[in-house]
Amino acid sequence: MQDRPTLTPTQINEELLWPVFSFRRRHAIAFIPPMILLMGGVAAVTILVYQGLWVTGLARPAFWGFFIVNFVFWIGVSHAGTMISAILRLTQAEWKRPITRAAEVMTIFSLITSLLHPVIHAGRPWRIIYWLLPYDFSRGIWPDIRSPLVWDPIAITTYLTGSVLFVFTALIPDFALIRDQSTGLRKKIYGQLALGWRGTPRQWKLQGIFGLLMSALILPVFVSVHSIVSWDFAVSVVPAWHVTVYAPYFVIGAVHSGVSMVLTLMALMRWIFKLENYIWEDHFDAVGRLLIVIATLWLFFFFLDFAFSFYTREEQELAVMERRLFEWPFNAITVIMVFTSYIIPIPLWLSRRVRRNIPLMFWTSILVNIGMWLERYFLIIPAIERKQELTFLWSNYVPSLIESLVVLASFGMVGFLLLLFAKFVPLVPAWEAKEGVVFREDVQFGQVVLPGIIKETEEENVW
Amino acid sequence: MSDVKWGMVVDVDKCSGCQACVIACMAENNIPINLDRDFKENRSIAWIRIERYWEGEYPDVKARFLPVLCQHCGNAPCEPVCPVYATFHNDQGMNIQVYNRCVGTRYCANNCPYHARYFNYRRPTWPETYNNYLNPDVTVRDRGIMEKCSFCVQRINAATRIAKRDGNEDAIAGLQTACAQACPTDALVFGNLNNPDSQVSQLYNDERSYVLQESIGTQPNIRYLKKIDEHAAAEAHAH
Repeated sequence: MQDRPTLTPTQINEELLWPVFSFRRRHAIAFIPPMILLMGGVAAVTILVYQGLWVTGLARPAFWGFFIVNFVFWIGVSHAGTMISAILRLTQAEWKRPITRAAEVMTIFSLITSLLHPVIHAGRPWRIIYWLLPYDFSRGIWPDIRSPLVWDPIAITTYLTGSVLFVFTALIPDFALIRDQSTGLRKKIYGQLALGWRGTPRQWKLQGIFGLLMSALILPVFVSVHSIVSWDFAVSVVPAWHVTVYAPYFVIGAVHSGVSMVLTLMALMRWIFKLENYIWEDHFDAVGRLLIVIATLWLFFFFLDFAFSFYTREEQELAVMERRLFEWPFNAITVIMVFTSYIIPIPLWLSRRVRRNIPLMFWTSILVNIGMWLERYFLIIPAIERKQELTFLWSNYVPSLIESLVVLASFGMVGFLLLLFAKFVPLVPAWEAKEGVVFREDVQFGQVVLPGIIKETEEENVW
Repeated sequence: MSDVKWGMVVDVDKCSGCQACVIACMAENNIPINLDRDFKENRSIAWIRIERYWEGEYPDVKARFLPVLCQHCGNAPCEPVCPVYATFHNDQGMNIQVYNRCVGTRYCANNCPYHARYFNYRRPTWPETYNNYLNPDVTVRDRGIMEKCSFCVQRINAATRIAKRDGNEDAIAGLQTACAQACPTDALVFGNLNNPDSQVSQLYNDERSYVLQESIGTQPNIRYLKKIDEHAAAEAHAH
């Protein structure tokens, strides 16, 4: 363990809350790249809605393309929040402290971004929103619950609601902190958001219990969301989509890409918001170690997918597998995918020196996500292009510029929302940082060393 | 009318690949004109299409034709995946597409093993003079809507009304879809499968009959009659 800086509460407040109370140049500059991407995407979607879906590369038989691939990717990224928060909270991993909020907020924003994709994908957003609302209006018809496309919004909105509650309760002490440090309208707004938080022992206790309870409750949702998204494919009759392994395969792939995205985010937060005192090399080290396990599990499922078709000997499924491995451009995609999401990063992460090298961790985590994006493409597209035996209408899907712009914009949108969020709330929970400091001050009882307990007294109001 | 089950038999042996059914269907069902661009982009719309496969090596090549239309499956993969009931089964064994409900998820088309569903990527347009030729009984589909063979449901409905008015079933007995009506070789036979005397139900149980991609278990209302290849028999004798 490296020497950790000893932080006073005032210092923590100052270092974590500056983006809320001032707008510095580094924060402003960080807004530029996501804004450019986002504007490109807004233009692309406007053209698409105005012109119709012919501006995409979609054609028979690939009726689903980049939008759905990207939808699955962002649902995957959203799994990081719960993975980091819920699992690490339940296992009481101390190193989770500074990254929980960023991970959870990324969950929310990536869920919102992914929810936009089916709406864009349908080409006439007003219709899909109106007709999929679970209310019969004057039609006398409810959405068809047999359709996986009805399961999707149910699962995703459940996850979104849970995550918002999760983040909000963790935010309350920080809202109160900002309320106490500000005046005027800001004080009023944050006062409302803080829901009368005064930091009494009872409030802390309830907040802690709620956090643990939500962690436990959200875990089944976490597993089910991506399973249900994978069933969009697995319940169809398309060969190589119609496989039982898809649900766990998608979940583990989601965790792999999501936790890597958290690494990327940690590095960016450290640079943009100067959080060197809070996000340490230890944290990169710990996440790196976690990722080695996850990535290896993912690789196992990658082989399992092939193994299943080899054992069943189903002709069409084997043909798709062969196409994935040997046919251009999927052979290239497979090689890039396996290299970027496993063969390059994992041996590097085995070394402690690399895990503590932040620029290297940043770039390898980006590599993983390039690989995991391609993985979704690799799973979805080769199968649908060669659907069934009537070869007459087989064709290859070539994504258009409009679709690529929307994909880029989705990254811009998540980045933009995160930066905007950072303007209003500290990305590292101030109360967790302080709790961590207190916990580290061990208390000695005779020969036994016990961790310290938070003491709430009048003099320590600044906590 | 629920004692009716519409079905079709496609005799592959009789099909000459003339595409008359395709043109008849387009005229009957207000299908937009497919331009070069639509074929190149694989976005052409044809509720019935003649799939052409080549068999053998040059110079001994044979063209094989397979007319494919919506199979009106009894156990249709497209139906349960639609979130808004835009496609469902009616009591006459037909797979119905409701254009007004379609939101354009395109899941049904992904899940159709016969590639029988077509999506309107563009808003359909016709040359000005063609507007008066459109069939008033058939909705023109806007962009963003899935469409497919309806078994000429407008004809079925009209015939049912006439039969009800006249009190006899003559109109229904003589009912033909546009494609079957246009087929010069009678390769397409349409009719009521529940009527044991109809031509279609007799052909339906012919020894040559088979189902396209039977392994998927879609239980279609359309069956195909096998090609009779006299050369294949001769070759078999020669060996």
